[in-house]
Amino acid sequence: MTGLAKRAAKKVSPGKLSNKSNMIFVLLGVLLMALGQPAIAQDLLPPAPYAYKQLEDPALEAKAQALMETLRCLKCQSQAISDSDAPMAGDMRHQVRTRIAAGEDPEAIRAWLIERYGDYVSYAPQNKPIMWPLFAAPLVILLLAALLLRGRFKRAGGKGVGE
Amino acid sequence: MTEPQPKKPGLAIWLPLALFAGFFVLVIWGLVRPADREVASAFIGKPLPQFNLEAATGDRPGLSTADFKAGKPKLLNVFASWCVPCAIESPQLAALAQSGVEIDGVAIRDRKDDVARFLATNGNPFARIGKDDMSEVQLGIGSSGVPETFVIDGKGVIRYQHIGEIRAEDMDLILRKLREAGQ
Repeated sequence: MTGLAKRAAKKVSPGKLSNKSNMIFVLLGVLLMALGQPAIAQDLLPPAPYAYKQLEDPALEAKAQALMETLRCLKCQSQAISDSDAPMAGDMRHQVRTRIAAGEDPEAIRAWLIERYGDYVSYAPQNKPIMWPLFAAPLVILLLAALLLRGRFKRAGGKGVGE
Repeated sequence: MTEPQPKKPGLAIWLPLALFAGFFVLVIWGLVRPADREVASAFIGKPLPQFNLEAATGDRPGLSTADFKAGKPKLLNVFASWCVPCAIESPQLAALAQSGVEIDGVAIRDRKDDVARFLATNGNPFARIGKDDMSEVQLGIGSSGVPETFVIDGKGVIRYQHIGEIRAEDMDLILRKLREAGQ
């Protein structure tokens, strides 16, 4: 293969492209270069069976899909595992699909992952005391605004309507 | 109609600017802060899940949960032949193995030939190596990448997680965590 590529490269020298066979070697060389794989730090194993294959039962697949869209890929953290081509995300999809197929509840699978990776692995907000200020903030702001505006409305009301 | 007498502006007039300044600082801090997005395992203090992995290479046995219940703390090293930083930590792993620490490996998504070649190049500090083709053990212990090293006590409970390669300066910490796990 390298011999061919070398030969092809050699023949590219200027002014030697006169005959047909040379042209074929050049094209062959270009083709070989295009096929070359870059060296990447990625494994060579095929993806897990259910990484890219849907479950046979559409209802179960829909359940799995809904869960996978709310689980964070740990390698590419702004993506859900349903969006990611990272091998680990594929392995996580395989886990989710096989467990759903085995009859496990989606929320149980989420809890299983949270137990191992913390809340960060889930995009669905968990109802925990730490979230309460977040839900309380709009109410507090509304209340504060009402208090502040009360004074204004009173004054305006007292003088406005031509008494 | 007379306007109500405007009050003298107090300190409150600076409040919006102060809020904006606070927000600005927050944004800048978020931009310049080094992005540390490692996901630490939440499984520290819990027993290893049940697993039984076949051997990842010809000359070392496979790995199962039972291997961690022999009463002595061990290291569980999650690695792969395709992982570049995994080669960097091999001198440290070799030193640990030499000082009598048992290191068991879990090879993530790896082929037997590749594991053998990796160990031939970088040395083999492992007593056992299990083959984890679908990251099952990795997910089971809350590991999110390679390399990671877990300190497991003599009863099979995870006591410490080291994320990333073990460097020379991490050796004291690892040895200390092993001692603590042995107490």
